[in-house]
Amino acid sequence: MCETCGCGDHELVPVEIHQRLLEQNDRLAQHNREHFVEHGVLAVNVMGSPGSGKTALLEATARALHGARRVLAVSGDLATDHDAQRLRVAGIESRAITTGTACHLDARLVHDALHAMEWWRADVLFVENVGNLVCPAIYDLGQAANVVVLSVTEGEDKPLKYPVMFRRADLVVVSKTDLVAHLPQVDLGRLHDALARTMPRPRVIEVSALTGQGIPEWLAWLEEQRARLPAPAAPHDHPHTHG
Amino acid sequence: MHEYSLVLALLEQVEAHAAAHPGAAVRRVELRVGDQAGVVPELLQTAFEVAREHTPAARAELVIERVPARWACPRCARGLEEGEPLVCATCGEPARLVAGDELDLLRLELEVP
Repeated sequence: MCETCGCGDHELVPVEIHQRLLEQNDRLAQHNREHFVEHGVLAVNVMGSPGSGKTALLEATARALHGARRVLAVSGDLATDHDAQRLRVAGIESRAITTGTACHLDARLVHDALHAMEWWRADVLFVENVGNLVCPAIYDLGQAANVVVLSVTEGEDKPLKYPVMFRRADLVVVSKTDLVAHLPQVDLGRLHDALARTMPRPRVIEVSALTGQGIPEWLAWLEEQRARLPAPAAPHDHPHTHG
Repeated sequence: MHEYSLVLALLEQVEAHAAAHPGAAVRRVELRVGDQAGVVPELLQTAFEVAREHTPAARAELVIERVPARWACPRCARGLEEGEPLVCATCGEPARLVAGDELDLLRLELEVP
């Protein structure tokens, strides 16, 4: 009740909050990250448009590694487990996260999917996000690095159109470079210029999963990220089999 | 469209804060959204109008304060023009986003009986 004059009107009370909307996701992502660091697992969030070549990049990675690193993957798609199946054929232990209508993975979806896997035995864990250049950009999953796969046919100005996604990328893999010879109108110089205007530290590797071009540089980048992982901290205060 | 899932997270936070004031109705929800936050304010509004039904915020208005993106050199603090390469022309230092990625619940206005 209004205490000023006792008029019986309801009182309006301001409540200051100043809290991130994604606070709950970020907290869970940090929890994932602590688990990954504790076990020396390099978690990489692989994003990009549908059909940009995310799965093909991971298949080529498995082929090139010849089992030298233990690689696991979780693959997010609205429907089907086709990507996870493809990765299993390529020798990557993988699980599908079927999101239904959700356009992105969040920290909880990744966390829950990992409960069914021996993720802590991985050297590299790929989180293949839902194909989308918008929504996945703002959800932290607990990864050590963000990779955006952008194929040469998508248009050199894509970074300018989707700046949030590219700003958060640690690496852009320009894929399907074997097609460039057939595409006289594609100018990769324009793509590099667009990346310089969206990424403060542009890092780009041009890759063809078909011919293997750029795959050694990509593997070297992964090793560099592994070397950068913080030393495993004190053990987490609960086991990773919790509910 | 991730705006709908963001609004669900927002309403959870709103409900938790409103619960501290039994019987209160939420009249106003204020957000701060940066231009580089990766959300479309108009879509947040639409999603909010759908999702607020049957919550303590059913009659609340959503007010969104927008923050323009601003890049600057972390060394000399020079601000960058929009669309410029994200490296300081003077120092060669990679620029830093100093404003524009906010996505925050600022405050509520509650109507207390």
